[in-house]
Amino acid sequence: MSARWLGERVPRLEDTKLLTGRALFTDDVDLPGMLHAAFLRSDDAHGVLRSVDVEAARRRPGVVAVWTAADLGEYWKPGPALVPPPPIAGLVFNSATQVPLAREKVRHVGEPLALVVAVSRYVAEDALDDIVVDVEPLLAVTDLEAALAPGAPRVHEALGGNVAARARQSKGDYAAARGRAHKVIARRFRYDRGAAAAIENRGVVAAWDAKTEELTVWDTTQAPIPIRNGLAAMLGLGESQVRVVAPFIGGGFGPKIMMFYPEEVLIPWAAMRLGRPVKWIEDRQENFYATTQERLQIHDAELAVAKDGTILGVKDRFLFDTGAYDPYGLTIPINSQCTLLGPYAVPNYDSEFTAVFTNRPIVTPVRGAGRQHGVFVMERLLDLAAKELGMDRVEIRRRNFLPPDAFPHDHQILFQDFAPLTYDSGDYGPAMDRAVDAIGYERFLREEQPALRRAGRHVGLGIVSYIEGTGIGPYEGARVTIEPSGSVRVATGVGTQGQGHFTTFAQLVSDVLGMDPSKVQVITGDTREFGWGTGTFASRGAVVAGNAVHEAAIRVRKKVLKLASEVLGVDAGELFLECGSVHVKGAPERSLRLGDLARKANPLRGGVAPGTEPGLEATAYFGPERGNAANGVHAMIVEVDPETCEVRIRRYVVVHDCGTVINPTVVEGQVQGGVAMGIGNAFYEQLVWDENGQLMNASFMDYLLPTALDVPAVEMRHTVTPSPLNPLGAKGVGEAGAIPAAAAFAQAVEDALEGEIEVLEIPLSPNRLFDLLGSRSRP
Amino acid sequence: MSVQAGHVVSLTVNGSPATRTVEPRLLLSDFLRHELGLTGTHVGCEHGVCGACTVLLDGEAVRSCLLFAVQADGHAVETVEGLAAGGELHPIQAAFHETHALQCGFCTPGFLMTLVPYLREHPTPTEQEIREALSGNLCRCTGYKNIVDAVALAARRGAAAGRQGAEAAPARRAGSGAARRGAA
Repeated sequence: MSARWLGERVPRLEDTKLLTGRALFTDDVDLPGMLHAAFLRSDDAHGVLRSVDVEAARRRPGVVAVWTAADLGEYWKPGPALVPPPPIAGLVFNSATQVPLAREKVRHVGEPLALVVAVSRYVAEDALDDIVVDVEPLLAVTDLEAALAPGAPRVHEALGGNVAARARQSKGDYAAARGRAHKVIARRFRYDRGAAAAIENRGVVAAWDAKTEELTVWDTTQAPIPIRNGLAAMLGLGESQVRVVAPFIGGGFGPKIMMFYPEEVLIPWAAMRLGRPVKWIEDRQENFYATTQERLQIHDAELAVAKDGTILGVKDRFLFDTGAYDPYGLTIPINSQCTLLGPYAVPNYDSEFTAVFTNRPIVTPVRGAGRQHGVFVMERLLDLAAKELGMDRVEIRRRNFLPPDAFPHDHQILFQDFAPLTYDSGDYGPAMDRAVDAIGYERFLREEQPALRRAGRHVGLGIVSYIEGTGIGPYEGARVTIEPSGSVRVATGVGTQGQGHFTTFAQLVSDVLGMDPSKVQVITGDTREFGWGTGTFASRGAVVAGNAVHEAAIRVRKKVLKLASEVLGVDAGELFLECGSVHVKGAPERSLRLGDLARKANPLRGGVAPGTEPGLEATAYFGPERGNAANGVHAMIVEVDPETCEVRIRRYVVVHDCGTVINPTVVEGQVQGGVAMGIGNAFYEQLVWDENGQLMNASFMDYLLPTALDVPAVEMRHTVTPSPLNPLGAKGVGEAGAIPAAAAFAQAVEDALEGEIEVLEIPLSPNRLFDLLGSRSRP
Repeated sequence: MSVQAGHVVSLTVNGSPATRTVEPRLLLSDFLRHELGLTGTHVGCEHGVCGACTVLLDGEAVRSCLLFAVQADGHAVETVEGLAAGGELHPIQAAFHETHALQCGFCTPGFLMTLVPYLREHPTPTEQEIREALSGNLCRCTGYKNIVDAVALAARRGAAAGRQGAEAAPARRAGSGAARRGAA
């Protein structure tokens, strides 16, 4: 087995379909007799729902059915709590999950109130205007601190207040460390909400076949198998009666793995009730209210340091906005809590968060999933400490890096996967060296910056380190089959949203079976093809599914060698696989095509020996004992125009370690795209709410995504410390680009402005930067 | 307002004539996707910002979500399905493939249809000009760099072929997505 394809820049096998408009996306599904759904959504963020009068809508020509919560009967149930709380001592957790259609109360703008099904989407939307809703408004809960004050309005009356969760994790003795500190740096940090804004909105199409008693659902989900399992349970069907297909998905980024959205619960149900296929496609405005979001956290954090810059300890108290419901439990704030520790030795740590219910849309992980908050707080504290100590900012980081012999390193707290936060491997000094070298750190500070400053230019550099916990369990699986045609099919349960799985998984199989990746057909996200697994999240596709694919291919190879050795009458050790055939070493003309071998493995007559399985096929599963610790350094140079507050990114360098790289082109694409999202978070993207819980900028006219003019070409360097936790040594990379961008941006802008302002909040829009600059005495 | 009276729309799409009776309010994007089944044109925002629905109307890039189907009556529309004529990837499609200029691929048809007339009119753009040309299309996956590279590659090939525009560049057969090692 040679590593001929592993690590190669194989151009993507899925591209041709996507480039020619032949790829099937959910909204492309068109079925005979299909009906179209639209949802009436709450205009109020918080209120008592007195009535929803749908009689006029029902009478509209072309309308087939209209349902409110009252019409759902026993099918109306709050959704499942997806992630139970981890076993942290003293933890408080109040579960309140989303409902299919609101009844009695509305808890956020955009919460669905009624479902209309009609002959076209146009008619369904006409009918929404016929519905009369009576809501008695209540004071909206929007401010995290006010939400916790006595007498605050409650998002959920049944709970004692607006606390969704509270968890403290600590190690060592922070108070004692603080007592020994030379300096204590304390600040308040704020990181605000944004939208994931995949260019494809969500959608669900469902068709019930009464003859075969099978339900087929096309869903823009990152987790087709859990959706299938949940739908089967809700609808009283067997799991094998439900097929969920996640076809090509136009970007995921986290919000497309939310089990269950109300639409996912209701569209299949409606299709079964009506006996006709039903399609619902979210529009962009709905996406701003009805798709989950992330990122508001407020941290009061402090760092205790020794005179030489050694970290003695960190204390953090933070508030986390979970929105109106908390189906994802503590995943995000635990990520923040854990990721704050970064690549550093932190002997004493005391972190407690309070998750707060608000009258805003539901919060679930978005690319990074709380990790960027931890990085932002820690890196900003280190910057401030360096300044106070008169130290170089790179030096204070180097001084605190975990040494290469510290692995595996147990941080003595729990990660989101409930396993101890233990770093598998890493070597942080060389990554920093490479970033310092690539950005030209010394020369910039010594020569370029002073020269530009003398010329009246405001240029600054930011350089930060981070850890990304990736590749968590529980498991994924894959089935590899050699077909009589000689081509190979790989089926796995993860869905794909652009990560290049069709190519990278093919590369893994190609090396094992000795064939060109173009001969390997990968099928993802169709529960009929593969029905075991969880989904695409936490940068785990290459790690967890990738290792399952690799192992399944190895098992098929064993079957190939065994059968070929019988057919050719030579010892299996004398065989090798190349160009889709098995060859005898030293006599390559003696060979068998894999397709012919597959036919022999599935005979019509004769015997298949006891203990032998027919066909050249194998299924394998991989479940890591815990996640990996990918790491890296981001560095950027910016120029700020203090008059317009425009910030231009002049250079952006990423040095990253995601373990073994399967396809560098794909990895670099993930990093470049992640950085773009990070830049968006840092400078452009903010969901703005008023005190009534109304979203003020629910369109792409008003919510600004970075464009080609805003995102620089990222200069990339790889370092590789393979993970010991999986045979491939992969660590995962999907979120890496997005996580540290804001911390680097903040440092760079501060540096450009020569320390005139402290950047303690994200996003730092031009308007906000103008305010901050205005608050200090202008020259 | 109930279902509205139909209007006859006759147009050519990718060179083929099509006639349908539609409501006057039907968007051109919905007409192409759902009446004609040309689902390669994608809809990302329905308010003209993201550019995913870009098609050509008489050769010019337009947002099909901002036009009604009835406005296309008597005109020629080209969609992404028409680019790979005769099974050959259009040079800009080939360049996207070679530079990894797409990830999820949802925004890609809009980028392609924006770029076809752009490169025809600007055969040798600078990087800054390319970025400006792309700035009306949103991509959430790639971070744009590889798209910029794809446009530059297609333009270089167009120039190398000695004719105006990217159409002159050598094309590769569609569907021959054979993995090749060490490509650009």
